[in-house]
Amino acid sequence: MRFAGIDIGSRTIELVVVDDAGEIVCSLQTDTGFDPITAAQKLIAEVHYDRILATGYGRNLFEISFEAPTVTEIKAHARGARVFFPDALTVLDIGGQDSKAIALFANGRVKKFEMNDRCAAGTGKFLEIMARTLGFEIDDFGREALLAQKDLNISSMCTVFAESEVTSLIAKGQSRREIARGLHTSVIRRAAGMINRVSSAGAIVFTGGVAKNPCMSALLRQKLGREILVPDDPQLVGALGAALLAGQDPSTAQTRPIKKMPPAAKEANENDPGQAAPAERTSDRPGI
Amino acid sequence: MSEDYRSMWQLLGLDLEAHDALLNVLGKAYQDIFLAQKERPRGMEYFDFVMSEVHGLRIRELLDEKAAGRKIIGSYCVFVPEEIVLAANATLVGLCSGADFAMEEVEKCLPRNTCALIKSSFGFKLGKVCPYLESADMIVGENTCDGKKKAYESLKDLVQNLYVMDLPQVKSDQGRALLKAEYQRFQAALEDLTGVAVTAASLKAAIRTVNAKRAAIHRLSSLRKADPAPISGLDALLANQVFFYDAPLRFTKSVNAICDELEKRIAEKAGVFPEKTPRILVSGCPQAVPNWKLPFIVETSGAVIVGEESCVGERGTRNLTDDRGETVEEMLEAIVDRYYQVDCAIFTPNPQRLEHIQEMVAAYQADGVIHYGLQFCQPYLMEAIPVEKTLEQAGIPCLRLETDYSMEDVGQLKTRIEAFIEQLH
Ligand code: SF4
Ligand code: SF4
Repeated sequence: MRFAGIDIGSRTIELVVVDDAGEIVCSLQTDTGFDPITAAQKLIAEVHYDRILATGYGRNLFEISFEAPTVTEIKAHARGARVFFPDALTVLDIGGQDSKAIALFANGRVKKFEMNDRCAAGTGKFLEIMARTLGFEIDDFGREALLAQKDLNISSMCTVFAESEVTSLIAKGQSRREIARGLHTSVIRRAAGMINRVSSAGAIVFTGGVAKNPCMSALLRQKLGREILVPDDPQLVGALGAALLAGQDPSTAQTRPIKKMPPAAKEANENDPGQAAPAERTSDRPGI
Repeated sequence: MSEDYRSMWQLLGLDLEAHDALLNVLGKAYQDIFLAQKERPRGMEYFDFVMSEVHGLRIRELLDEKAAGRKIIGSYCVFVPEEIVLAANATLVGLCSGADFAMEEVEKCLPRNTCALIKSSFGFKLGKVCPYLESADMIVGENTCDGKKKAYESLKDLVQNLYVMDLPQVKSDQGRALLKAEYQRFQAALEDLTGVAVTAASLKAAIRTVNAKRAAIHRLSSLRKADPAPISGLDALLANQVFFYDAPLRFTKSVNAICDELEKRIAEKAGVFPEKTPRILVSGCPQAVPNWKLPFIVETSGAVIVGEESCVGERGTRNLTDDRGETVEEMLEAIVDRYYQVDCAIFTPNPQRLEHIQEMVAAYQADGVIHYGLQFCQPYLMEAIPVEKTLEQAGIPCLRLETDYSMEDVGQLKTRIEAFIEQLH
């Protein structure tokens, strides 16, 4: 049997398929775009599986369209993080629009979690907008921030105000790197607060798209004095967790009958190739 | 709705267009939230009917009572003693304030960061959409939280018949004396309004009427201890909400009827959700009609609500009034004793509430507690933290939520609530 997990985030969608042994068979990723369902449909049309479990911000949409059961990002990330770091007791997931700090029991069950409030402050979205304001590519943003000589204080966490603060710092002639560092620091302050509310010691597994940013983990380590563990593909952790839960947790995965794939999926893929960005194959290696 | 009601609403001074809009939203929400549920007890038909006629038949009845010389008293808080109101030949109605309405107007009178409940009570007045408010002969405000007490200073300009009652903040001898003095002053104000003096006989009858209605609600609550739950939390909440404006005798009868039916269900092990569905206790701020957001999300995310530690729920109804007094004075003492036990978060300190939450968790076999706090409600949001700590120490999972009446945060709430329910499996 093959089990799929699909993580429909606000920025990207990840799909992971595992086999009976829990080894990754393949993984795919695409941009969410303006039509998450079509994007998801194209992704699942490319793989074969027996059961699928959806997670992420768009999971309920997926549930309705595909009659698939769902699991929250919190449980999925907790499960996925344990694959990479079996003893982890704390997980931090910063995604496109939400961030979560999760504490686990020794057996891996979720003990407690905290989640950011409604606005984008402290999420991937915030960093993305700020990178753009400073004229950095998102991939360079963290690397550049890491090279800064000093840390500038950015007082505003609201995306709109922070943007104007950044603009005025540029006007004052401050270096872009240092501003970038200041922005990272302000996101870290929030994340650290969330982590401290759920757990006080031990290593932290950092997952979600923002974990790819090297400055984030460096600053987090500095701020908390705790070990920060980043999986190879932090963005895949949610989808992987969902895939494993689809296989291992019948109470979640079998709550509803599952249609394997809606008949429209293949056609949509063939007749309308330009609608969503082609799926990018991020990993094909067997095992983890 | 019949034309008859339209002219009635017009006479009450409602804004017909705005009122239509409100009823439309309410009707649609009711359909989607309540009628869409499965395995509802037959007895809920009564509450469905009450809700469909909430601005129609019930208002007609109240106006008929008025025509016959009775007075209508509107209240915003469970501290307003219904016993005294009934004994003085008046009817008490709760003024629900569970939806955002006319917010632009409201924000001209109140700061934006006021709790949704207070804002809503102003919105219903300013938007001219509440027939209960408009038919009331006296509206009772009470000095509870700072938000409410200052808001009544502004509400005075909007409603001519506002009566403000003071309440203690500390449970001490002086506090109790204040409550008693205020109930006496309230009794005198009522007698003035109705021209009817409270007598030992009328007060005794009133105490029995109100006790009977509370006893019926207790009976309903205790049936929710069963697994599988014989009634949804949404439906039980609705009964607790209707408690505030239906005619007491009819309400008692209808709740008892539904209890008979639920007892049969329990005997047959039939329920609204499968056995072993995670059981949630909701604790915190009151949930007035039509604030159904939280229970709707909970019960469509795989859990069942088995109790409400809330003023629209057990905090408001759990204690009965001792009816053995022979004189008005003795019975008044009993009424003060009864209300004095309400453990609203405006009291300091307030350890009884913490104890009560734990008692309820045990009695209803709740697997977890969701603490419901309205944004900007200092008393309950502040208490939420010690509540969470205490429960966690006792090994009871607790989720603290802070929300308002808007729908903006439904996605976020759903994620939090689903994750919390996953924790309970
Ligand atoms: S929460 Fe307090 S102020 Fe509000 S209705 Fe209940 S007793 Fe009254
Ligand atoms: S106690 Fe809280 S919910 Fe009640 S009126 Fe005051 S601020 Fe609002």
